[in-house]
Amino acid sequence: MWTFIHKWGSPKWFYAISAKVQPWCWAVSLILIATGTVWGLAFTPTEVNQGQGDSFRIIYVHVPAAFLAQSVFVSMAAASLVFMVWKVKVADMAATVMAPFGAVMTFVALFSGAVWGVPTWGTWWMWDARLTSMLILLFLFLGVIALRSAFTRREGGSKAASVLAMVGVINIPIIKYSVDWWFTLHQSATFTLTSRPLMPMEMWLPLLIMVLGFYCFFIALTLMRTRSEILRREIDKRWVRDLIKEAQ
Amino acid sequence: MTQGQKATSTILETPVPGGLWVAFTATLKRDVTLMFRRRGELLNPLVFFALVITLFPIGISPDRAVLALIAPGLLWVAALLAALLSLDSLFRTDYDDGSLEQMLLAPQPLAALSLAKVLAHWLLTGLPLALVAPLLGVTLALPLGSYAVLALSLLLGSASLSLIGAIGAALTVGIARGGVLLSLIILPLYIPVLIFGVGAVQAAVIGEGVAAHLAMLGALLAASLLLAPWAIAASLRISING
Repeated sequence: MWTFIHKWGSPKWFYAISAKVQPWCWAVSLILIATGTVWGLAFTPTEVNQGQGDSFRIIYVHVPAAFLAQSVFVSMAAASLVFMVWKVKVADMAATVMAPFGAVMTFVALFSGAVWGVPTWGTWWMWDARLTSMLILLFLFLGVIALRSAFTRREGGSKAASVLAMVGVINIPIIKYSVDWWFTLHQSATFTLTSRPLMPMEMWLPLLIMVLGFYCFFIALTLMRTRSEILRREIDKRWVRDLIKEAQ
Repeated sequence: MTQGQKATSTILETPVPGGLWVAFTATLKRDVTLMFRRRGELLNPLVFFALVITLFPIGISPDRAVLALIAPGLLWVAALLAALLSLDSLFRTDYDDGSLEQMLLAPQPLAALSLAKVLAHWLLTGLPLALVAPLLGVTLALPLGSYAVLALSLLLGSASLSLIGAIGAALTVGIARGGVLLSLIILPLYIPVLIFGVGAVQAAVIGEGVAAHLAMLGALLAASLLLAPWAIAASLRISING
């Protein structure tokens, strides 16, 4: 058991094993995203209950991105914990590459929400509870990225960013619930879209496929970017040099 | 054991460190003394607070009805920014002159010593801010009956702000120009405190019960009191050892 975990901590072993796993993750994620996109955009009936029309189809990007944004922060904090407790370098490399991806996903969720808001709410931005928590999440991501890059020595930056990620992950539920509380106190009476009605099955299935596809995409991309991070950081090691020689 | 043996054994033993409480009060006393020696700096957050509050009637409207409506939020946001501004210097001088390293080497847990430092910081920034806020509330035509709640909410809230902010100050103390970065990483974490703080004052303005908001502020303070010292200690170790 322990040797297995320690193996994962070795950059060389991780590099070798991820080369085998990676293509499968890419294949699965591309198939799922392609299926979900085509199904969701072309074959799902138009929304009629709330009169959103075809604009509701943006949820097939918005919801998976929003799910992913939060999951990426939690994964990043988990990787940071592994790095801080067991000094596993690969975990820190994974946390490094997850942060920008999470920030992008948060931005995608916010942007697609804004685009959806134009036909539905008649405005690009609403200080809605979910939008506000998402915006704060984006700032948390940006803070972790900025703190990491502010250190001149990489090790210090890694540890500082890890602490901040862990502090952030404790605060995410607190922020979320306090923003919900704040919003319910200030909620205007005209706005009633906060409680979504249950989604019919034919809308829900492609959404599920898209969410799964996005998660696989996250795994595949993290593996790929961690691999390049390994090469970048371990450039002085013999096995990386051998690898480069082989490639030439 | 003869007299001679006793003497040797005491020499060989490591000197008995002072208890936790001794170290805590000593650090607190030292920090308060040091801060009182730079009285000008002590006033800066308060002047900043008053100055920011002055900007709003000029920037928005001198109309008392308009100001009364936004006063709770303005006072809280300005106090929050003033507290944030003073955080950068929390560990800075100790980092520069090496006393922080002595704290790291001390036999007492670093978490307790940093808690003493945060307490000193709160006593000389958070507490005065909470006491001055009602005065500035008068200039913003804050409705009667909410002054005590304003002071109380700031009293509870600013303690959490100091604790949470100290994590950021500890993380950025090793970075040459960490001021903006400090705000960037700490402000998102301040939002829950802001929500419940302003909520308490607004509830007092419209005559609703304030107990729930104050209880939430107290809960946030309890949680940060429990968790923040460890994060501060870990961050200080990172900033010094890299």
